[in-house]
Amino acid sequence: MTEPAPRQPRIALVGIPNCGKSALFNALTGSRQKVANYPGVTVERKEGGFITPAGRSARLLDLPGTYSLRARSPDEAVTRDVLLGRQAGEAVPDIVVCVADATNLRLHLRLVLEVRALGLPVVLALNMMDVAERRGYGIDCAELSRVLAVPVVRTVAIRRDSVHHLLAEIDRAADAQDRAGAGVAAAPPVWREPGAAELRELYREVGRLILAAGVRAGRPAEVTRRIDAVLLHPTLGLASLLLVLFLMFQAVFTWAKLPMELINGGVTGLQGWVLGVMAEGPLRSLIADGVIAGVGSVVIFLPQILILFLFILLLEDSGYLARAAFLLDRLMGGVGLHGRAFIPLLSSFACAVPGIMAARTIDNREDRLATILIAPLMTCSARLPVYALLIAAFIPDTAVLGGRVGLQGLVMFCLFAAGIVSALGVAFVLKRTLFKGQREPLLLELPTYKLPSPRNIALGLYERAKVFLVRAGTVIFSLMVVIWFLATFPGAPEGADGPAIAYSIAGIAGRFLEPLLAPLGFTWQIAVALIPGMAAREVAVATLGTIYAVSGGEGATLAEALARSWSVPTALALLAWYVFAPQCAATIAVVKRETNSWGWAAVQVAYMLALAYLSAFATFRIASWALG
Amino acid sequence: MTKYRESHSSVPYRLGTLHRGDRAIIVAVSPSAAPHQSLSPHELERRLLEIGFVEGAAVEVLHEAFPKGDPIAVRINEHTVALRRAEADAVLVERRQ
Repeated sequence: MTEPAPRQPRIALVGIPNCGKSALFNALTGSRQKVANYPGVTVERKEGGFITPAGRSARLLDLPGTYSLRARSPDEAVTRDVLLGRQAGEAVPDIVVCVADATNLRLHLRLVLEVRALGLPVVLALNMMDVAERRGYGIDCAELSRVLAVPVVRTVAIRRDSVHHLLAEIDRAADAQDRAGAGVAAAPPVWREPGAAELRELYREVGRLILAAGVRAGRPAEVTRRIDAVLLHPTLGLASLLLVLFLMFQAVFTWAKLPMELINGGVTGLQGWVLGVMAEGPLRSLIADGVIAGVGSVVIFLPQILILFLFILLLEDSGYLARAAFLLDRLMGGVGLHGRAFIPLLSSFACAVPGIMAARTIDNREDRLATILIAPLMTCSARLPVYALLIAAFIPDTAVLGGRVGLQGLVMFCLFAAGIVSALGVAFVLKRTLFKGQREPLLLELPTYKLPSPRNIALGLYERAKVFLVRAGTVIFSLMVVIWFLATFPGAPEGADGPAIAYSIAGIAGRFLEPLLAPLGFTWQIAVALIPGMAAREVAVATLGTIYAVSGGEGATLAEALARSWSVPTALALLAWYVFAPQCAATIAVVKRETNSWGWAAVQVAYMLALAYLSAFATFRIASWALG
Repeated sequence: MTKYRESHSSVPYRLGTLHRGDRAIIVAVSPSAAPHQSLSPHELERRLLEIGFVEGAAVEVLHEAFPKGDPIAVRINEHTVALRRAEADAVLVERRQ
C-alpha cells in the first residue's frame, strides 16, 4: 500500500489587533513571505510558507486583524470574505489558526467563538503565555481545549522554538482532513452577522467557558501603567511625544545624510564611467541621464525611508503608536483629521513618499485619503535646494524685527508655515466636501508595552524596502525615462546657440506654456525648467543651471545669474509656486500605488496645480504692486 | 453635584462624565443615552461591545488627553481602550468606591 502524498494545507491566521499575530506569522514563515495587495483594495495580503514536522508544505495566510467578522473596514472585509470563501482568488482555508492574547481571554475568546461557529477546523494559539504566567495567570490549555472543543496550544511568538506545539496540531488537523478524504468538498461556511444581543450572548458564553476551564486571572500590567503615567500625562505626555518626534525628524535628516551622499556619489561615478566607456549618442544619454539618473533619483530616497520606517516600526511594535494617536486626537480633530495622521504628515517633511506610505497606519479610508492628499504640502527636503537658491539670489541678508531675526531665515520659515497652514486648510475643506461623512469614532486599544523584536523590525524594514524599490520604482523609473526623452529630443541643430534643452520637446512645450505662465511673471526659462522639474523638484535647479549656461554645482554663480535676469516679484512667485506645485513624479506614483487609483493621484495633482497657480499669481501681482 | 451615593440607590452615570481615577461597573451599553453620535445607535452599540464594553465589566478611567480631557483611556477588565467622551456617553456605569 502506498501512502498518498500529504496535502498542502492552506492555513489562515485570525486574531484581534495586537494579539501578536504578525509576530507569530514571522516566527512560522521567517523570510519566506510574499506581500502583495488584494485585487481592487489597498489591503496588504501577506502569505508565507513553512514545512510541518510531518513534511507537509503549508501555505500560511496572515489575515488582517479584526474584532469581529462583521467587517467595518476593507481590511476586516478581507478577513471575513477569505474565511467565508467569498474572496475572489482565495480558497476557503483548510485550517484556521485563531491567535488570542492569553492575558485577555475574555475579549479574544469572543472572536474565537465567532470563528468556531463557521465550522472550519480551528486551532487556538494562546499567545504571550510567558507574559501571562509572569503576571500570575493560570490557564490550563488541556482544560480550555476540552471546554472549547478545539485544540489549544501555547505560543510565545517572539520565540521561534515555541511554535512546535502549534505545528504538531496543524499536522494533526491536516491528518484528520486527509483521512476524511480530500475528494469530499466541505460545504462553504455559513455565517450570519451578529447583532448586539448575539454579541452579549457570546460574552456570556465566554464567561461560562472561562469559569469551566478554571482560568485564573492574573495581575494587571503594572509596568505599562507606570510608563503610561508619564507618557499619557496631559502635559508630560505631549512633551514626550514632541521629543520622540523631534528625535525621529533629526534622525531622518542626519543619519540619512551619509548614505544619501554615498548613493549620490555612486550614481555620479557610474554615470561618469558610462560616459567614459560608451560612444556618444542617444543610447549613452539614455543610460547615463535616463536610466542611471532615474534609478538613482529613486534609490536616493531609500535611506530616509528606511530610517523613518525603523522609527515607525519601533513605535508600532512597542505599542506607542496607538498612544500617539490618543494624545493627538483632539488637536488633529480641529481640522477633522484622525490622530494617526500626525506621523505621516510629519514624515512628509523629509519626503512625501515615505509619508504617504506611513498613512497605512490609518484604518479609515476617508481619513487615510485626506492624509495622503495633503501630505505633499509639507515642505519636503527636495524643496530645500530650490528655496535655498532663490532665497540666496533674491532675499537680502539683512536682519529684521529688531535685528534678531535674519530676513532670509524668516522667508524660509514662512515657506514652511505656508505649507502647513495650507495643508490644514485643505484638510478642513476636504472634510466638508469630498469626505463629508462624520468623523470616525476613536475606539482604539492601547496595548501593553512590549520590547520590539529585532527580527520583526528587520523583516518589516526589508518588506518596506522591497515594496518601495520594486513596485513604486518601476512606475517612477518609467516616468523618469519619459521625462529624459522629452528633455533630450530633438537635439539642438548644428551651430545653434543657447542650451540644447531649449530645442527639445520639453523646451518647445516650455515655450508653449510660457503665455500660460506669463501672468505669474515666469519667463520661458522657468517654464522650460519646470518640465524636467516634474521628475523631482530639485532637478529644476540643475536645469536652470544648464539654461543659464553656468557650470553646474556652483550655486552662487547661478544665483547671481538669476538675480540679474529675474525681477524680485518673479522670484517670489516661483517660491510660492514651489510651496504648492505637485512637481514630483515619485509622489504621484506612490499616491497611485497607495490609493490603487490614478483618480486620487489626478485629484491631488489638480488641486495642487490650482493652488500653485493662484498663489503664484497673487504673489506676483501683490509683490509687483508693493515693490512698485 | 452629589459627592457620594449609596451603591443600592445609585443612578447610572455616563462613562463620558467620569474623570481620571474613577472606577465603575458597566450597567448598560445604550447608545440612545449619547446625544451626539457619528454612527447609527445600533452600529455604535456593536462596536462598543466588540471592543469590550459589555455589561458587568469593571472600568477605570486611566488617562485624560489634552486639551479638555478628551479623549479618555479606559481600562476594561484586562485591557485599555482609548475613546472620545461623546462615544463613552453611550456606556452607562455605576460608580465603585
